[in-house]
Amino acid sequence: MYRIAKKAALSDVTTLMEIDAPHVAAKAKAGQFVIVRIDEFGERIPLTIADYDSGKGTVTLIFQEVGKSTRQLGKMKTGDQISSFAGPLGHPTEIAKYGTVVCVGGGVGIAPVYPIAKALREAGNTVLSIIGARNRSLLFWEERMKAVSDELIICTDDGSYGRQAVVTEPLRELLDDRNRKVDRVWAIGPAVMMKFVTLTTKPYNIPTTVSLNTIMIDGTGMCGGCRVLLNDGAQFVCVDGPEFNGHKVDWDSLLSRLTYYREEERLAAERFGHICRLEGAAQNNG
Amino acid sequence: MADITIEERKKIKRHDMPNQDQFVRRGNFDEVALGYSEETARQEAERCLQCKDPKCTKGCPVGVLIPQFIKALREGDMISAVHWMKVKNNLPAVCGRVCPQEIQCEGSCILGKKGQPVAIGRLERFVGDYELRHRTCPPVKATETGKRVAVVGSGPAGLTCAVDLGRDGHDVTIFESLHGPGGVLMYGIPEFRLPKGIVQSEISYAVECLGISIRTDHVIGRTFTLDELLAEYDAVFLGTGAGLPSFMKMHGINLNGVMSANEFLTRVNLMKAYRFPEYDTPVKIGKKVAVIGAGNVAMDAVRCCLRLQSLQEQKTGGDAGEVHIVYRRSCDEIPARMEEYHHAVEEGVIFDFLTGPIEIMGNGNGAVHALRCVKMRLGDPDQSGRRQPVAIEDSEFDLEVDTVIMALGTRPNPLVFVDAPGLERTKKGTAVADAATGRTQKPRVWAGGDIVTGAATVISAMGAGKRAAADMNKFLKGEAPW
Ligand SMILES: Cc1cc2nc3c(=O)[nH]c(=O)nc-3n(C[C@H](O)[C@H](O)[C@H](O)COP(=O)(O)OP(=O)(O)OC[C@H]3O[C@@H](n4cnc5c(N)ncnc54)[C@H](O)[C@@H]3O)c2cc1C
Ligand code: FES
Repeated sequence: MYRIAKKAALSDVTTLMEIDAPHVAAKAKAGQFVIVRIDEFGERIPLTIADYDSGKGTVTLIFQEVGKSTRQLGKMKTGDQISSFAGPLGHPTEIAKYGTVVCVGGGVGIAPVYPIAKALREAGNTVLSIIGARNRSLLFWEERMKAVSDELIICTDDGSYGRQAVVTEPLRELLDDRNRKVDRVWAIGPAVMMKFVTLTTKPYNIPTTVSLNTIMIDGTGMCGGCRVLLNDGAQFVCVDGPEFNGHKVDWDSLLSRLTYYREEERLAAERFGHICRLEGAAQNNG
Repeated sequence: MADITIEERKKIKRHDMPNQDQFVRRGNFDEVALGYSEETARQEAERCLQCKDPKCTKGCPVGVLIPQFIKALREGDMISAVHWMKVKNNLPAVCGRVCPQEIQCEGSCILGKKGQPVAIGRLERFVGDYELRHRTCPPVKATETGKRVAVVGSGPAGLTCAVDLGRDGHDVTIFESLHGPGGVLMYGIPEFRLPKGIVQSEISYAVECLGISIRTDHVIGRTFTLDELLAEYDAVFLGTGAGLPSFMKMHGINLNGVMSANEFLTRVNLMKAYRFPEYDTPVKIGKKVAVIGAGNVAMDAVRCCLRLQSLQEQKTGGDAGEVHIVYRRSCDEIPARMEEYHHAVEEGVIFDFLTGPIEIMGNGNGAVHALRCVKMRLGDPDQSGRRQPVAIEDSEFDLEVDTVIMALGTRPNPLVFVDAPGLERTKKGTAVADAATGRTQKPRVWAGGDIVTGAATVISAMGAGKRAAADMNKFLKGEAPW
């Protein structure tokens, strides 16, 4: 069992949790993920490591409460225990001195992009960051990102904060800017966003790393459910990734595979909502 | 029946295994084979001729003392029967259910030459189940040696090794990457063939008696490396199996509806997806499924599909589905356990033999529409004596399906080799280890089971765990230096 050491709401639907797992915290590096299973009935869900503190022995996770499992996790409190916590999994980000790098984080993807930006900055890179979300209420960690970036651009789809734009617009401007030479791009966020980031950087031939969030079960290379088609064959995201050269990814097949269990996910979330309402009603009556 | 003659023994017919009705069992995940009653078990035991030179024991990869346990069983002395069994086999309730007895002990039984062999597997299961209920013969820990051993992987190889070393008095910790112990016994082999309650009680029985600790959620190669374990422990055993699935290199493998048997079975067995939404993990199969392959894994997958389809049918009405095994060779070559093949036929699985898949066709929307196949015939035998399938020209056809499950063999998972300098691997990805002792090329590291042999059997993995444990014990006691 692993204890929730801290819980905080970052937005209406975005939650931060620190989990007591010293052996994972000691090993964790930017770019890696963990597999979490809430209880005996739970599914194994992959969550990217947003931060870690080997001194305190905690690993920070940030998730959006979208499906049944993340909503259930979101209802848990500091001090509660979760059943399984396995990691750190996947390859860490290849941190080196590249020169000028752009780190793009979309939505909940801001969380995993943070430790990468931080590590890249510490390695001596000039870090330009772009974070974006649908609207202001979904943004978080502006200050943190600012602290590890030489420049930070913020955008929202609806213009409720920062610039009204999708992340690829300021990205293209940076790439077009004659006074800069961007050496590498990282993009983490919804698959569609990562697809468009790679389409944007492709004509400029700038190496672009994406962190894929395919459906996973074990997270250890045992099932192949997480596989992704690259232009030179299939790879397993959990052991060969999660970071890949975005220009090699077959995005359409990836996007289509992500929808495979959508109906079941909806069903589970609906059923969970129903159970919560029943429990709520029982508590009110009792 | 104490003084019955050999001739009389030979006349007793082999006792059938009572099974769940073939139509009923399609609609549930309960165990198919119900097990002998005590009376049937005693009668079956009477068939054993108590050979002076028992071929059955030689046919068993771990050399279970078969005539001894059968004799005790027919004399009604269950405690001795359990005792004889446990001399060589730590997991009899498991082995009695999943071993390919027809090519091992029963395949060597003298009675089988002219008639039916003694049903050794069923008797083993009877004794194993008796012990799980009565716990007459708990494993005992020898005086503590103060030596610490890490066992990586909790499948049959790791468990057997851990139990033997625990008995020898060593302090054993098992590291398992998944959230529960058991390896393939938990994630691969389905409930209806090997109930998970049985696996869990076999494990907890031994582990509790010997004070073995199990650290789940520990992925060696990531959470700790092998070298880190070596810094903490006197010896390490690697029993991480061969869990990495292979996909055929063919067009269409990334379509929705294509999965490895490992993914499908892990969802169904380990994550209990057949009870979705009570359990969170879903599994989705369509009305027409093709499973490629004909080993145990394929049989398990195809029979799970049948059951899922029936459960779906019970829930929503609708018509029954259809499941196919697509296999390049003929019925005579299938590698699965015979009993499983028969059960699959009874349950209504369609077998497309001499059929080679060549491409998965999409429906234009990213999902599977058909499996394109070619008819095969058996050609000349290769070096191993196995007749090779050859494609028949112009015989291509499309098998319309919406789900394709690939059961095409697995390789060892490479994670445990990460940051493990000196641990040699073959081209196939298996660990190089001495067959007699399990010693690898890396000092203080032993390996056994599927990680060394590639996908094999439960009992051979147990045998390897046992041999390694014996050598590790000698090493730890200073009797066999590295
Ligand atoms: C579906 C299916 C059906 C089968 N049916 C039969 C049958 O009827 N009869 C039969 O005899 N055999 C059968 N087999 C084969 C048999 O199950 C295997 O040969 C046997 O389980 C191998 O045992 P093992 O201990 O070597 O490995 P496994 O049982 O594979 O156990 C390995 C364990 O190590 C863990 N692990 C892997 N990597 C790491 C790591 N890096 N760190 C920590 N832990 C790790 C895994 O999670 C797993 O729990 C079947 C196999 C499958 C898949
Ligand atoms: S999640 Fe199973 S192989 Fe990657």
